Amino acid sequence: MSTYDTMRHFADGIGLIIMVGVFLTLCAWPFRPGSKHHNRAAAHSIFEENEGGE
Amino acid sequence: MQAESAIGRVLLWFGIMLLAGLAALLTHDGGFAVHATIVALVAFILMWMSAGRFDPTGLDPAARARGFFKMPATPDVYDDDVIRWGAIATMFWGLAGLLAGVFIATQLAFPWLNLEPYLNFGRLRPLHTSAVIFAFGGNALLATSFYVVQRTCRAQLAFPGLARFVFWGYQLFIVLAATGYLLGITQSKEYAEPEWYVDLWLTIVWVAYFAVFVGTILKRKEPHIYVANWFYLAFIVTVAMLHIVNNLAMPVGLLNTRSYSLFSGVQDALTQWWYGHNAVGFFLTAGFLAMMYYFVPKQAERPVYSYRLSIIHFWALIFLYIWAGPHHLHYTALPDWAQTLGMVFSIMLWMPSWGGMINGLMTLNGAWDKVRTDPIIRMMVMALAFYGMSTFEGPMMSIKTVNALSHYTDWTIGHVHSGALGWNGMITFACLYYLFPRLWKRERMYSLRMINWHFWLATVGIVFYAASMWVAGVMQGLMWREYGPDGYLVWSFADTVAAMFPMYVLRAVGGMLYLGGALVMSYNVWMTLAGKLRDEAPMRDAAYDPEADRPLPAAVPAE
Repeated sequence: MSTYDTMRHFADGIGLIIMVGVFLTLCAWPFRPGSKHHNRAAAHSIFEENEGGE
Repeated sequence: MQAESAIGRVLLWFGIMLLAGLAALLTHDGGFAVHATIVALVAFILMWMSAGRFDPTGLDPAARARGFFKMPATPDVYDDDVIRWGAIATMFWGLAGLLAGVFIATQLAFPWLNLEPYLNFGRLRPLHTSAVIFAFGGNALLATSFYVVQRTCRAQLAFPGLARFVFWGYQLFIVLAATGYLLGITQSKEYAEPEWYVDLWLTIVWVAYFAVFVGTILKRKEPHIYVANWFYLAFIVTVAMLHIVNNLAMPVGLLNTRSYSLFSGVQDALTQWWYGHNAVGFFLTAGFLAMMYYFVPKQAERPVYSYRLSIIHFWALIFLYIWAGPHHLHYTALPDWAQTLGMVFSIMLWMPSWGGMINGLMTLNGAWDKVRTDPIIRMMVMALAFYGMSTFEGPMMSIKTVNALSHYTDWTIGHVHSGALGWNGMITFACLYYLFPRLWKRERMYSLRMINWHFWLATVGIVFYAASMWVAGVMQGLMWREYGPDGYLVWSFADTVAAMFPMYVLRAVGGMLYLGGALVMSYNVWMTLAGKLRDEAPMRDAAYDPEADRPLPAAVPAE
């Protein structure tokens, strides 16, 4: 098999599965149990004023 | 010690000036000679400034420039000096780019305005696109990213000297690119027109930008990296990758402007549109979404609607956008499967885009009255609305059957401008209105009512622009494909050009209104820098009627 064939079979096989798996894991990550407080704190972090008033 | 380093710097700039001058003398390429002369001139100015910084008479040119723009002398908590210059540069290049846009729009309606050879449409068009995208948008991204990364990381910029190099080096890139277009120097790749030596310079600047940004994140005091920084980092890393790959080329000679691309034929076309579409995806979308995720919550004074949604928005954009480029090459020599792939990924992009728009808009949940009372929020809401509209229109146009009508017509131009003027322009203006009073330590902008004027001029301008280009584009597409009963095309190309004249005039009017809004803004900004506050009625006050504010007359007993 040519390099092209090898690469395209990787791309539409195991490569695709890995990519989709990584993507779904990253999207699911903020929904892991116990992360609610962390997300809330992150969203509010830009409002904690410091001495500079900013 | 200080004197020695000052002399060292002067000698360094002197050496660069000599080298550039030598290159200008040795080259047989007129355009290259002009660019070498510009570099020599910059080196001369830097030499003069390095010497001036050590001038005991106190005529430091950098301090005088700061004084001209009335920059506050009090020390900053964060490293804001380079951000102030970035904000001014954004305003300046915005006006230049919009003016160029209005001029070329008028040229299309009235061709006698093509002033040969330097100011013809072919040379001014890349000047306009680069000025608004890379100069206006790029400076907005530089300034806001340095502002946001410091605030969200609770740390000053890493490598302050390098940050200044990034800013001024980027301005040199803009000047070399813009003058090059006027001189006819181009490698003919859309949105990547600068030739090899300017590309190399931008690569150096961009690596320095990456170092400053990542360095600041690494020295952060805040445990979590706020989502806006994710978007900025994706923008910086991806643009570096796109820029390097698309500009792989072999120069004809070291003292020559011309170069030849490493790719040829359809590979070159695909690489170019992989670059071109992701320049939209990561420069004009990811970078500006970073601005949205920081400045919209700050101006609304409430946290982003859903932090979880912002994370999904981020990863979905990253994973999907990079595949959408082939939709620019529908019905070309590109393999059919690649065209379909580009179309499918473009349609999938609709979901994260609208997720992001909803996330931004719903941040105002419970504070919708601010749309009425705060003109900056009003601009942000309009920007998000246009983000939603153009990210709906784009996937729709990528569907092959729609594209068969829209491709090569002015519908594409209308689509680009609803995104660029509506989304990028409006969110940038809103962020600048947020930044100027804070950076200059003023109470507020000189006039809030002028922001309102800007908002309406810009909005009406976009409506004129987008509506006329929809009509022009659809009409053009339908005329091109109309067959008569004998199998001949009904219209010649010149017929379609003549038919579009009224729409071209309306488009130019829309552009003028948008430019007018930016002119109102620059006056407002100038007065804000001067420390003035306009005496004006507030945008909203609780209603008060002195006539009604009194005790009731004694009640008359009923008869």
